[in-house]
Amino acid sequence: MPNPVVRFDGVRFAYGETDILRDVSLSVVPGQVVAIMGGSGSGKTTLLRLIGGQLRANAGRVEVDGEDMATLSESALYERRKKLGMLFQFGALFTDLSVFDNVAFPLRERTDLPESMVRDLVLMKLQAVGLRGAAKLMPAELSGGMARRVALARAIALDPRVMLYDEPFTGLDPISLSTIGSLIRELNDALGAASIVVTHDVAESLAIVDYVYFLAEGRVIAEGTPDSVRESAHPFVRQFVGGEKDGPLPFHKPAGPYATDLGLEDGRHD
Amino acid sequence: MTNVLVRFFARLGAPLTGAIIKLGFACRFFLAILRHSPTSLLRFQLTMREIWFAGVLSVLIIAVSGLFVGMVLALQGYETLVRFGSSSALGILVSLSLVRELGPVVGALLFASRAGSAITAEIGLMKATEQLAAMEMMAVNPIARVVAPKFWGGVLSMPLLAAMFSAMGIFGGYLIGVQMLGLDPGSFWSQMQASVDFRGDVLNGVIKSVFFGVAISLIAVFEGYDAPPTAEGVSRATTRTVVTSALVILALDFVLTAFMFTGM
Amino acid sequence: MKRGMIDFWVGLFAVAGAAALLFLAIKVSSQSTLPATSTYAVTANFENIGGLKVRAPVKSAGVVVGRVTGIELDPNLYVARVTLALDARYHFSRDSSAQILTSGLLGEQYIGLEPGADDKNLEAGGRITITSSAVVLEQLISRFLFSKAETAGEQTPTEHAQ
Repeated sequence: MPNPVVRFDGVRFAYGETDILRDVSLSVVPGQVVAIMGGSGSGKTTLLRLIGGQLRANAGRVEVDGEDMATLSESALYERRKKLGMLFQFGALFTDLSVFDNVAFPLRERTDLPESMVRDLVLMKLQAVGLRGAAKLMPAELSGGMARRVALARAIALDPRVMLYDEPFTGLDPISLSTIGSLIRELNDALGAASIVVTHDVAESLAIVDYVYFLAEGRVIAEGTPDSVRESAHPFVRQFVGGEKDGPLPFHKPAGPYATDLGLEDGRHD
Repeated sequence: MTNVLVRFFARLGAPLTGAIIKLGFACRFFLAILRHSPTSLLRFQLTMREIWFAGVLSVLIIAVSGLFVGMVLALQGYETLVRFGSSSALGILVSLSLVRELGPVVGALLFASRAGSAITAEIGLMKATEQLAAMEMMAVNPIARVVAPKFWGGVLSMPLLAAMFSAMGIFGGYLIGVQMLGLDPGSFWSQMQASVDFRGDVLNGVIKSVFFGVAISLIAVFEGYDAPPTAEGVSRATTRTVVTSALVILALDFVLTAFMFTGM
Repeated sequence: MKRGMIDFWVGLFAVAGAAALLFLAIKVSSQSTLPATSTYAVTANFENIGGLKVRAPVKSAGVVVGRVTGIELDPNLYVARVTLALDARYHFSRDSSAQILTSGLLGEQYIGLEPGADDKNLEAGGRITITSSAVVLEQLISRFLFSKAETAGEQTPTEHAQ
């Protein structure tokens, strides 16, 4: 087993008083595509931001390529981020730049390559996501799925060692969805990178990933390969994979008796 | 009773502490902008785009407003001056009030509502659509790449716009005074020139507009950067930019005027 | 918007702004404060300077030849000592006289210099000895009213006689 590129060790993170992550440990090795699943608000996006160094853990270690992100200076952090690529939920393309300039952005900002080289690289990356023909369009002229593919081309522009995906499947039609899914897998294998996919789309992600972590209430409550997850008897995993409404993750937010809230007498409605 | 008092003071204090905390953040933000300015200004192309965005696109409203303000000043001033038989001082009245006060102040108010709000909205939307976060993840500092150019674009545009406002206003005053009311153009210009001092009046007006430019640009970029990443958050931040800028401009104008035109 | 177009418009904007500033500098205003190197200072004592202010012009035959640079009270003589910075190009005889005048009825006050006939000129640090004070409007009016009252007192009987 090669050394992990991303490793969480007993990570705790809180926004003010509220704990988002309580005690998370996980590791990802190169070549792996790992899914992190959990309901909305379970701290999945926070986890990505910890890897990117945009947030710092309150306790525990977040290691990327063997270095603790919390101890890095700002300039070292920026240096480290060159090895990371991130696909944001809705692409986060720069709306004032064309598709070409969007993909060229990290190359122009972070490297001293001559413009002709930048051009070739951008076209290669766009070709990889099948959108070389859209190079001259503006982001506003793209559909949601296309925008996300352009963002993907931009994220891989610097050949990152770790790819992070924040809800890559949200709001896509079935065709775009499987396109993105297979792109994630293909690009990971082509780059020899490690990918972390944060999602709640079970079917699509189980088809492409090597390993799954389930996150709930700030903890990893279950993990395993896609096959073992499908077979799992864990009630939370069953609920999540089966898409059942009620289970360990209740449909109702905890509240007082319904009848009392409505001002009805106790017991009358039962 | 004490409970009521405590609650009264708490309610009074909450917005106050909030405002002071925000002021502290704004100061730190200002320092961050200054720290990243050298790298950002070296790539002047970025600032160029922002000058186009904040300055060039504001020229029309500034020029038209300046022209009308000057024309109104001339009409109103003439009515008053002619009663004292000193209508030839119309040029002085129009030029002094424009160069000292109206050019910098009204120019700045227009600039805040035209360009300041646009800057806030653009940064706020970039934040709401995670463009700033994306930039950070690409190891590009958004303060150096987005905020500092917008700040300097505003700062550099403001004095030029204020000068255009004053110049257009004086031209408007000339149109009304000389072309319409039939004052002698020679005495209109020469009286003006004799009583307007370059250093004391024109340069002080320019200095004022530089201060206003810094204030508006800082408020605009800060409100945008600080806006909650929602549609409502951005729209409220935009409104706040205009309101806060207007108040700061007027307060700052009072302080600067007190410094410049009295006690010298 | 293309990059070249942005450059073009920003360039035009800068030129227009500079033109506006130049217009304000050349056509609208004048450099009133004379450069310090080309002036020399003289003083003059006045009994009353009225509303004279620092930076008020000093004129001779209507031409601005200097500025008032300082006004203070002489603690011994109780007169106002006014310092004038005169343009080095102009020289005035030692017996020149200075008076405080008003431009127009309600205009600003300035100092008028009347050249004398002496061969020697005023040097830097010299003093203008012949001065006449500002006309204070209140004094003027009260003097006028007094004289009016006097003449009225004389004239009343004559009016009766008519």
